[in-house]
Amino acid sequence: MSDQEDDIILSELNDEDLVAQMFDDLYDGLKEEIEESVNILLERDWAPYRVLTEALVGGMTIVGNDFRDGILFVPEVLLAANAMKGGMAILKPLLIATGAPRVGKMVIGTVKGDIHDIGKNLVGMMMEGAGFEVVDLGINNSVDAYLEAIEKEGPDILGMSALLTTTMPYMKVVIDTLVEKGMRDDYTVLVGGAPLNEEFGKAIGADAYCRDAAVAVETAKEFMARKHNRMAASA
Amino acid sequence: MSLTSTNQLQVMLEKRDWILADGATGTNLFNMGLSSGDAPELWNKTAPEKIKALYKGSVDAGSDLFLTNSFGGNRSRLRLHGAETYAPELSRISAEIGREVADASGRNVIVAGCLGPTGEIMQPMGPLSYAVAVEIFHEQAEGLKAGGADVAWLETISFGDEYRAAAEAFALAGIAWVGTMSFDTAGRTMMGVTAPNLVKLLAKISNKPLAFGANCGVGASDLLRTVLGFSATGTAVPIVAKGNAGIPKYHNGHIHYDGTPELMANYATLARDCGATIIGGCCGTTPDHLRAMRSALENHKPLERPSLKTIKSALGGFSSESDGTDGNSPTRERQSRRRRTT
Repeated sequence: MSDQEDDIILSELNDEDLVAQMFDDLYDGLKEEIEESVNILLERDWAPYRVLTEALVGGMTIVGNDFRDGILFVPEVLLAANAMKGGMAILKPLLIATGAPRVGKMVIGTVKGDIHDIGKNLVGMMMEGAGFEVVDLGINNSVDAYLEAIEKEGPDILGMSALLTTTMPYMKVVIDTLVEKGMRDDYTVLVGGAPLNEEFGKAIGADAYCRDAAVAVETAKEFMARKHNRMAASA
Repeated sequence: MSLTSTNQLQVMLEKRDWILADGATGTNLFNMGLSSGDAPELWNKTAPEKIKALYKGSVDAGSDLFLTNSFGGNRSRLRLHGAETYAPELSRISAEIGREVADASGRNVIVAGCLGPTGEIMQPMGPLSYAVAVEIFHEQAEGLKAGGADVAWLETISFGDEYRAAAEAFALAGIAWVGTMSFDTAGRTMMGVTAPNLVKLLAKISNKPLAFGANCGVGASDLLRTVLGFSATGTAVPIVAKGNAGIPKYHNGHIHYDGTPELMANYATLARDCGATIIGGCCGTTPDHLRAMRSALENHKPLERPSLKTIKSALGGFSSESDGTDGNSPTRERQSRRRRTT
């Protein structure tokens, strides 16, 4: 970056200032700085789950909100998510080793015929940033590819993305197949993509349409909370 | 500095006050039985009569210009269907069919060889390099040119570098061009480009387009707000407006756009008053819409630039308060120490 900036020694900041700095560094997409800060917090005996939720998720929430509000756009969010991924790569094995709580699991993919994965990648990264386990099927997924992944992974949520008028109806094909097989109610189905809207999401039988990655995270959390409540009520 | 001084589109732009472009490709092909997820470009080879009918639908409805069925015909997108090596051929055929329809129309109709985005993210955010992007567009542009396209027509672009890469490819192919972006995120492209940003970008491109503008996006209102943003810069480059016929809805197993022919007729004359010269539709626009647009444009007496309020009352509200050009777009106060200057 520019040479006008102050030299910040991350390791000399106290915890509170360091986390605030991490929020800024995520916002600016500074991957190396994020990796360094994650390591510093771990050295200070922060639990991996606490680093994830308080520093990374906290920072990505600001990025998500500003994306939702039209302050940040895709390039900035991609760079921020890339920085977060750097931190996540350090935390992931530790989270597994320490048996940290899992918010939920999502299988996500772009539908058949559609190459666009920018939005889907953003959702995947933001969901990971929010503590979800994400299985990314990539682009061009057929009904069979979705079904196979669902059966193998047992997710809470199925996310589908389409960016073309020619591919968005395919989401309905997938949902209809889930209904046919009597599996529809086992999963929360979230859909997204530029040409979609809420009414379309409802019409094809999805649980919700998510306007952007930030909304997808909020919606996913809401459905997970409902699911937990239902399970608690029936327990 | 256009490459061809006698280009048919340029001649038409000099002679006419407005030019009616075409409507949707995907929506109309669905109506002919295209199934979701399939590559429409493959039909150029396997069902040319349907592509001919698609073009003819626009021409018979009064379009002066139509786009070839090659939007997703670049190698990066065709790879999904295992057809990446057919990219130049499919584009060439799309233009050949177009040439045939245009030449048989008995009037002057422009064949615009359509190119959509590569579908990949460019560096530094993604893997696609500028050089490879130029190569992808160049390959497709050569096919379109060989098939007899009058101009290359780039659309639904969101990123400045991708637009520049295409401009360079069109210079290499030696074909005049038009390029539009899709402003679908709070009045900007998803990569954050505003209407005036695109005008500034044009100044930096040596291979200038014959026209530039906006296509697709959210609804007709948003698109016209973007056109107002272009014309407010005082640019002398002709402006393209290709808006969607309303928003997509799902009815009995197929997508239906809710904009009526009347709405699109209104949109067309407002687009003219906003400063657009080439006016057409995008997703959801059928020959019925085009006929209504043609007749409205023919009977339209130019009015002054409409206010946002006029657009809103005629076509519906906007998807966001600001489009990033009025100084009222949201911002975040930054207290970053890393950014603080001493």
